Amino acid sequence: MSDKKSLDSIVVRLAGNSGDGVQLMGSQFTTSTALVGKDFATFPDFPAEIRAPAGTTFGVSAYQMNIGSSPITTAGDRPDVLVAFNPAALKVSLPMLGSGALIIVNNDSFNARNLAKAGYREDPRETGELDSYQVVSVDISHLNLEAVKAYGLSKSDGSRCKNFWALGLLMWMFDRDLDPIDVWIRKKFRNNKVARDANVTALHSGHAFAETAELAEALPRFRVNAADLPAGEYRGITGAEALSLGLTAAAELADRPLVFCSYPITPASPLLHHLARYDELGVGVFQAEDEIAAICAAIGASYGGAIGVTSSSGPGIALKTEAMGLAINAELPLVIVNSQRGGPSTGLPTKTEQSDLYQAVYGRNADAPIPVIAARSAGDCFYAAIEAVRIALRHMTPVMLLTDGYLSNASEPWLIPDMDDLEPIKSNAPPQPDDSRDNQGMAFERNPCTQGRPWITPGMLGLMHRLGGLEKDFETGHISYDPGNHQRMTDMRAEKVKSVAKFIPLQMLELGTEEGELLVIGWGSTYGPIFQAVKQMRQQNHDVSYTHLRYIDPLPENFGELAGKFRQVLVPEMNMGQLSTLLRDKLGLSPTTYPKVTGQPFLIGELTEKIYSMLPPVLEVDGDLVTNRRAE
Amino acid sequence: MSSALTAKDFTNAQEVRWCPGCGDYAILKTVTRTLAEIGARPETTAFVSGIGCASRFPYYLDTYGFHTIHGRAPAVATGLKLINPNLDVWVVTGDGDGLSIGGNHLLHALRRNVGIKIMLFNNEVYGLTKGQYSPTSRAGTRSPSTPGGSIDSPLSAGQLALGAGARFFARAIDTDKIGLGYVLKQAHGFEGVTMIEIFQNCIVYNDNVFADFTDRDNAADNQLKLQQGEPMLFGADNEKGIRFNPDNFTLEVIDALSNPDQVLRHDADNRVLAQLLVELEKPVALGVIYKNPGESFEKSWHQSPGQRLKRTRSVSEMLHNSDTWVVS
Repeated sequence: MSDKKSLDSIVVRLAGNSGDGVQLMGSQFTTSTALVGKDFATFPDFPAEIRAPAGTTFGVSAYQMNIGSSPITTAGDRPDVLVAFNPAALKVSLPMLGSGALIIVNNDSFNARNLAKAGYREDPRETGELDSYQVVSVDISHLNLEAVKAYGLSKSDGSRCKNFWALGLLMWMFDRDLDPIDVWIRKKFRNNKVARDANVTALHSGHAFAETAELAEALPRFRVNAADLPAGEYRGITGAEALSLGLTAAAELADRPLVFCSYPITPASPLLHHLARYDELGVGVFQAEDEIAAICAAIGASYGGAIGVTSSSGPGIALKTEAMGLAINAELPLVIVNSQRGGPSTGLPTKTEQSDLYQAVYGRNADAPIPVIAARSAGDCFYAAIEAVRIALRHMTPVMLLTDGYLSNASEPWLIPDMDDLEPIKSNAPPQPDDSRDNQGMAFERNPCTQGRPWITPGMLGLMHRLGGLEKDFETGHISYDPGNHQRMTDMRAEKVKSVAKFIPLQMLELGTEEGELLVIGWGSTYGPIFQAVKQMRQQNHDVSYTHLRYIDPLPENFGELAGKFRQVLVPEMNMGQLSTLLRDKLGLSPTTYPKVTGQPFLIGELTEKIYSMLPPVLEVDGDLVTNRRAE
Repeated sequence: MSSALTAKDFTNAQEVRWCPGCGDYAILKTVTRTLAEIGARPETTAFVSGIGCASRFPYYLDTYGFHTIHGRAPAVATGLKLINPNLDVWVVTGDGDGLSIGGNHLLHALRRNVGIKIMLFNNEVYGLTKGQYSPTSRAGTRSPSTPGGSIDSPLSAGQLALGAGARFFARAIDTDKIGLGYVLKQAHGFEGVTMIEIFQNCIVYNDNVFADFTDRDNAADNQLKLQQGEPMLFGADNEKGIRFNPDNFTLEVIDALSNPDQVLRHDADNRVLAQLLVELEKPVALGVIYKNPGESFEKSWHQSPGQRLKRTRSVSEMLHNSDTWVVS
């Protein structure tokens, strides 16, 4: 078995207790994958508790990655390799595995206590239920402790190295160079010599064990073919990293400081953490006392001339709602990032969902529209962030940028953009002071094309004016309760958001033909699985096309026309049909919704099944009747 | 450009819309006069307010002004002050706006020592919503929402400020031009956050609620006007004084003429004394009760950990600052 299997792609899943270091192990394996030029997509899947009770199924923390040569856009439906650190991890992961998958279990953890905690009455390795898989039992805990014994660590400290021991084993199976991880460990633990040396030793020991132990007979090796990616310089990136870099890039393109005001909330906090380290890039971070203070401080910063940004997840966004209305009325730029999670209420903090679309588009008191855009992949968060800032400054409006828990934490290889290729971001210049005119009116002299007013900030000579939440006169900017004026201002605010459509690209198809039987419409993080599903279907000559929305509100001007050329429209979304409602509302479309709210991303297989079920049994192509169903 | 300005330069043409006889008129007048006196410039002065009668204040000033949402003015003002520390940022709030719905923001602005100047107009009532009791209303206050009298204990703005770690707390009466003007000037020259509680008379819903110490006839015997380093004397002929009673840890009134040595001298940087002074009910302590300068939040924020808001590296550099690989 030691000859290498050559593969186009392989899905690896690591699972263990929250404290087993699975996420770290996964991200290091991903980095080593990147360095050998493979495409990949990852999906960290962890519980809400920091250290959930060990050994339980609800405490399982997992990291799944899909490594391959052809474009990889999802973390993979069915793991081909599972590393299970305990029975609970095996139990939770088993239903996901593809048949014939390789399962590496930590033999030491398969004791009566852990089996019972996982809800197993008997060891599943002895009941036959794993017969369709290839199971390799390794004494990971024991071998690791032996390896690091020389460092005099306590048993609990010593066992914390076992993720690196197991990583060493995995690295051998995938024929990876240990050097980058060795270097990383030495850097990470540079202030703790014992931890540094123990982890390095564990890594090398796991690798050596795989290479030399008799057991190696049973350990297969894999060779994943190199990816066919566009030429250029790449790095691995998570959605949260890309978003923070995108916001920072937008500030540079606008030549303004970025002030990021936030309150910690899962899964939005990584953005706060990344930006907090970017002070050399003209970024100021303010951790506010609550969600409301965070958005209000961002509004204050925008008022002062910075690009004010606030970030949260659904429940926190709800708290910010009133302040969004203030930014609308004061006509100030602002970016609100929502890393969506499962809900309602506290819901599923660490699981992903797309169920805040109604909240983003419709969820404010009064007629209070704001532009809403969504990022589709980890790397795309960079461009989505720039676009959000561009719209906010052009139209002097708050903009909602939707991402989700999956995108925040998932990573992928990313072609590093050249900043020179990105268009600078313009803001609306303040007028020249003019003593013969009322400053108040000058502050609200809007560009008729964008409804954006000049960005006048305190400190500017001779332009003092008053802003506020009260309705103001369209022309003079003074408080007005005039009925006709309120209608006019409400119309203006609607027109402002509508006018965004004049500046955005026309909607394109990702895959398919301009007209036909079925159009699949996606938005946000469902891009990966939908793309793969439609691609597979098209390879089998099915009449299905795909388009993916960045601009949720307003929709691109040609979107209705584009969608109207298909007999059926399918919208898979991780909610109960919110984009479908929007498309009915805005364009009168009658889409079929494919909802999924399990807290997990779509599987490609689920989507292809759904698409199959919608296609008519026969189809006329050039006068010939052909089957449009998969052969049963 | 720095020609001398007058109160008029800070006033705009807007018709002021408070009730006739409202204490806010007097405060507005003292504020504009004081701004001129301290050499403030309209273009570098911003007034940020929340919601309530007091919060209409910015509309009547020819400075930058932002009438925000209920209770959130300290948060908006914090964002503004962070991005531009050179501005004079004043916050206008009331007892409902600042101590009830916005209590959290006030508390954190105070503890952070953000260099914003907070004026809290306390009239012990909700004026704009027509007379409900407020968090500073005394127990037993009859109002539309408490027809049988309120049952909850009032909040002390001074105790809240000191408890939150405020480094400047002062009090003044709306119509007291000299006393209010003095504390405004003191606040303006202070680096960090300042909170000024202004006893403001709501002529419609809570008239004369402070009359027991603000009326001309009661003033001398019921107001303790604090001056740094000076003995704490009051009464028509300064015949009364304040002494510390070590037996019960309180301040008490004594005959100052016969016990001059026992009269305390005001020491505004003594936090314990400040706590005793804000508790004093008769007489009511006025003036700068506590003043203990420390580095402002915005100053620390801009210095730490690096040069915030100053771009010293390019995004391009940061984009490549990772493990990278080349696909050819």
